[in-house]
Amino acid sequence: MQPINASRKSILNKLRSQPLPSNPLPEVIHGNWLRFKSPIEQLGNVLRSVGATCESLTDLESVRAKLQSYPEFSDAKRVLSQIPEIPGNVTLENVERPHDLEDVDFLIVRGEMAVAENGAVWVTDKDLKHRVAYFINQHLIMVVRKADVLHNMHEAYARVKFSGPGFGCFISGPSKTADIEQSLVIGAHGCRTMQLYIVD
Amino acid sequence: MALATLPVLKSQDHPTLANVFAADEDRAHWHDGALWFVRQKRDRQANSVPEWEQLRELASQIKEHAIANVAEYLEKFESNASALGAVVHWAADAKEHNEIVLKILRENHVQRIAKSKSMLTEECHLNPYLEKNGIEVVDTDLGEWIVQLRQESPSHIVLPAIHIKRQEVGETFHEHIGTPEGNSDPEFLAHAARHHLRQKFISAEVGITGVNFAIAETGGFVVCTNEGNADLGASLPNIHIACMGIEKIIPRIEDLSVFTRLLARSATGQPITAYTSHFHGPRPGGQMHIIIVDNARSDIRSSPDFHRSLHCIRCGACMNTCPVYRRSGGHSYSNAVPGPIGSILAPALEPEKHYSLPYACTLCGSCTDVCPVKIDIHHQLLTWRRELAGKKIIPYSKRLAMKFTSVLLRNSWMYKLAGAIGRTGLRWSPRWIVYNPLNVWGKGRDLPEPPRESFRAQFAKHKSEQHRVEGNHTSSSNSSSSNGKAH
Repeated sequence: MQPINASRKSILNKLRSQPLPSNPLPEVIHGNWLRFKSPIEQLGNVLRSVGATCESLTDLESVRAKLQSYPEFSDAKRVLSQIPEIPGNVTLENVERPHDLEDVDFLIVRGEMAVAENGAVWVTDKDLKHRVAYFINQHLIMVVRKADVLHNMHEAYARVKFSGPGFGCFISGPSKTADIEQSLVIGAHGCRTMQLYIVD
Repeated sequence: MALATLPVLKSQDHPTLANVFAADEDRAHWHDGALWFVRQKRDRQANSVPEWEQLRELASQIKEHAIANVAEYLEKFESNASALGAVVHWAADAKEHNEIVLKILRENHVQRIAKSKSMLTEECHLNPYLEKNGIEVVDTDLGEWIVQLRQESPSHIVLPAIHIKRQEVGETFHEHIGTPEGNSDPEFLAHAARHHLRQKFISAEVGITGVNFAIAETGGFVVCTNEGNADLGASLPNIHIACMGIEKIIPRIEDLSVFTRLLARSATGQPITAYTSHFHGPRPGGQMHIIIVDNARSDIRSSPDFHRSLHCIRCGACMNTCPVYRRSGGHSYSNAVPGPIGSILAPALEPEKHYSLPYACTLCGSCTDVCPVKIDIHHQLLTWRRELAGKKIIPYSKRLAMKFTSVLLRNSWMYKLAGAIGRTGLRWSPRWIVYNPLNVWGKGRDLPEPPRESFRAQFAKHKSEQHRVEGNHTSSSNSSSSNGKAH
């Protein structure tokens, strides 16, 4: 460990030996930021523009019924659901290794909030044993309460807190790549489709 | 002056490599158009945010504060990250960074790595180092994987394979993963890559990621991707190694409210990346290693002229807009970070190797206009030229030409004479004399048609004409006012 400590000391000393003029940190949470007449409409528009879908429904039962009407969903072999009202058939507590989620078709989770300006939905691993579940599934279904639809990222970061080890992610649409000639391809390494449902 | 002390003109300077790229005219035009398309997408996104300029200003202030107090924030980050269970390492240079990575792998007896995009590891040449030591590294970002299979390096920090055509990707995939010959459909190829790389993710023992932002206040860090590769790589294997330069530090988690609004909009014209992942400590039972790397960043910070270049958040907007980058390709810069910002950073690292980069610039200032953290990029490039000329690093031919020009521009009669010779000479000389091999301006473009008269002569003529007109005008207005009076 000796050489590592030596570099630590020399880097910090070098940085301290050259004082630079410092300015105060600006306020970034409160401000006259972008707001929308209808944040839910804006959210839907942005999500559709990034290849996702977004729909407002009255309750979880309607979400369940809606999903059941899709053959891909009703025929899916493995559905992992974190929402008791929309049951799946994979019990996460029984899954030993994250790798064993490789063949999960659908993940159904609640998002803590959704941001209208960019379609970002905030999820954490607080109640999720394997956080890879967010990324290894083929189809991602998220449910956010109407009251948790925010206007912009400033409102969102006012609510993001980490008080211990943990993982959080803003997810906006299915995974994608444009690395071959700037042609947009939906479904890179993460989910291939994403659906967001807003419920009352 | 002894000839031996003169720097030898390097064959791998920017103009030489740019010539190689530009020789394929169709490809150069296609490349230019592809990047301009991204620039236009960026404009649409920037224009959709009314407070865009305010955000840029805030980002600039946060970065200025963070770099000024970087030692304190790095220590705070270290202690908070350690409290979360991460192991923090410090590397003075690229060599030490690579050795730390290898040591972690050896201590854990692992050798299969799924790596996501990190320009720092490109800068440190981590892949060749690990491969030499018998480690399997797979770059999992599609663009990076394509260049890895082709044994090339990324030509852009956000779009690593922007210089490669779909037919070439098709050939590469046919050769390496057996996709049908002749199939170059991007969707088909991307899905073939997804399928193939899934197995690499599943068998990986270590995930290596870069860091977009390291949060001093919480000890966590943020990684932004569209493909989800960083998240699979960091969430399947037990060991996560994150590599960051010292300049990635931000003070507070709420500062991300500014940066997440600017980054993807500036980079690819998206409202936000598909995944903006916040990592805080290892997973239960797993390991998280964070390597903090200096590699000459502290030298750049010590420079009053260039320390603001450390504010860069690596969005690549300056590349997409740069008329030189778009027409010369990323490889012509011979540096992990190419384009305008790379042309500031690279000479700081190796001035002898990268002396030509500050000249790969028309000083148009477009990079400065689009930079989301308001770095005065083109001003710094101009400053570099002065510095390099002072250090006598640029080639003798260029220095001699500049000396000659300087004398010419300071001497009125010489300037007049040179103008007269130019105007007459350019008009009457045959084409082969004007476009001789010494005329570098005439390479690939025609000189403008010389004016008949010098600016001086035109100006004098204009002035005397104006006098006449003004004289007439004064008398006519007098007469009209006298008319008015009479009325």
